[in-house]
Amino acid sequence: MSAHSSSDSNNSASGDSSNAQASRWIWIALFAVGAIGLACNMFLRQDGLAIRHVEITSAERVQARVVIGAGADSLAKPAQLTSDAAPLAIAAKIWVEPQDPRFATGEITRVDGVAPVIWETQKLLTRKEAAANEALQTHGDGKPAVVGANELATAAPDMQISFADTFGVWIAAFLTLAIFSFLYRDNPIYKVAESLLVGVSAAYWMVNGFWTTLVPNLFAKIAPDLVRAYAIPGLGVSEHPQQDMVLAFVPLTLGFMLLWRLAPKGGWISVWPLAFIIGTTAGLKLVASIEADLIAQAAATMKPLVAYASTTDSSGNAVRAVSVWSSIGSIVGIVGVLSVLVYFFFSIEHKGLTGKAARVGIWFLMITFGSAFGLTVMGRITLLAQRLEFLFYDWLNLS
Amino acid sequence: MLRRTIPIIILSATGTMLVVAYFSPFTLSWGETVLDWFNILAAVAFVLGAGNLLAVNLEKVSSRKAGWAYAAITLLSFAAMFIFGIFKVGAVPNPSAPDVHLAGAYEGLPSAFGWMYEYVLSPLTATMFAMLAFYVASAAFRAFRAKNVEAILLLGTAFIILLGRTAAATLLTGWIPVDSAFAVLRLDNVTTAVTEHVSTAGMRAITIGIALGVAATSLRLLLGIDRSYLSKG
Repeated sequence: MSAHSSSDSNNSASGDSSNAQASRWIWIALFAVGAIGLACNMFLRQDGLAIRHVEITSAERVQARVVIGAGADSLAKPAQLTSDAAPLAIAAKIWVEPQDPRFATGEITRVDGVAPVIWETQKLLTRKEAAANEALQTHGDGKPAVVGANELATAAPDMQISFADTFGVWIAAFLTLAIFSFLYRDNPIYKVAESLLVGVSAAYWMVNGFWTTLVPNLFAKIAPDLVRAYAIPGLGVSEHPQQDMVLAFVPLTLGFMLLWRLAPKGGWISVWPLAFIIGTTAGLKLVASIEADLIAQAAATMKPLVAYASTTDSSGNAVRAVSVWSSIGSIVGIVGVLSVLVYFFFSIEHKGLTGKAARVGIWFLMITFGSAFGLTVMGRITLLAQRLEFLFYDWLNLS
Repeated sequence: MLRRTIPIIILSATGTMLVVAYFSPFTLSWGETVLDWFNILAAVAFVLGAGNLLAVNLEKVSSRKAGWAYAAITLLSFAAMFIFGIFKVGAVPNPSAPDVHLAGAYEGLPSAFGWMYEYVLSPLTATMFAMLAFYVASAAFRAFRAKNVEAILLLGTAFIILLGRTAAATLLTGWIPVDSAFAVLRLDNVTTAVTEHVSTAGMRAITIGIALGVAATSLRLLLGIDRSYLSKG
């Protein structure tokens, strides 16, 4: 018996070993074929390196002082003074373009001793746009270049290779393939991609929460001057700054209490903010679910069983006629909602008429689930197609 | 008192205030303030989550547990994305205040945070979800068996929806004239009818059921009947 089991375990061990060896060879073959294909694509085909181009435009701002009196509304409507949308609620000094027409009218004057700020903005170009720009730059004679069927503008914009974006496309392609490698089996490359995803997405949501919620809603109330100086220059001035500051300490305290969960002792302290969160959710959901889900859905169900449609008779007069399909649709809708609700009603036994109605309800539910399943699969396949498009078109340029 | 009574009072007071704020214009601003606080706490919850992630992964790395290298990758990628975002590395200046570095947009491509989103987070997330197509298809192939009426309905509807939303619909039933009496048999029309009437009815009943459940649970919480959250401390 023991000899038998020993031979079994030996067989299993040798099977595992041969499986591992086969797996290794599969990976080696896959990498070899992939590397050769990639090398051929990179060096033998045009645009095989997935090089990305950006259009460079430079921007410049100079600091200007608003001349009080020159523009009566200048300080009352500071948002209009800036060339961009962000309002500067308390700024007497503003940043404007050097060619701002208000310099000429005397509404604003240049602040001496402050250097202008110059920076570049980049616009990522598609392959087609890059090819068109390249054609323009190659011509260089001011005549319109023709790429394909499109005649393009004469002025060639400043375009250059973007190494960051080119590298980004390669990284994105590698990560896409790394995730797809899980379809074969769990492997270290997939695990690297998975770990990256966890770290990056956690930081993404944290940074988003910091800049979109904590800074404008919390820090801006506790230290408005600091926030205005270092993060949100367009921060408005509150009418009740003291009250805002005192009130802001409530969520700040609750926030610290919530973070107490990370401490080894006193975890119960976090129950207070948790109670606040649950209470808020319950209060919001109680009203929202009754209004938006219960009442709205019930109202949408109550349609006339016989539906009419406007049409024209043989002499061209507008008449109302019974729309058979719409009527059937209404009846099916009402029967479906009622029968499914009967199925969900567990306080009475599903026997007799109730049982039959509940059975019809199950059929409706099955059709609903089948439809949801079909739509989910379609959605996932669309995503898959997009990833494949990225690999074949954006990365390998096999279009 | 501190562990049970005060949390119950906090929960009931905030929840009731929001319900009252909905009906009374006089307490509308109270409700808005409570909502502001809620959003702040939700943002703090991200910090809590990140703290937890760091604690778990740091412990793995420091004790050299199995897979500690992956934990290190998680930590490094978290740190990189966090620093890029908080300090707005490479962000385009805000044209209204180009001298204030942190006033620039942290999202968008020229910034390092935007680059990480565009070329790391976005492809990883999209591919993860795309891969589910294979697993859903595989699970469906194993589990779907047309052995009774319910299963046939589920399978048949899924099949019709999949056919009707693709070119197969035109291929199979495109020959039926649109204005004929049999136009309802065209797969695209069948798909529309199923989704608009039958599955909408089912989904509507499910939504009504959920709404009743949510309202009942909310009331139980606000009235202090459900206290299960107190054991989370």
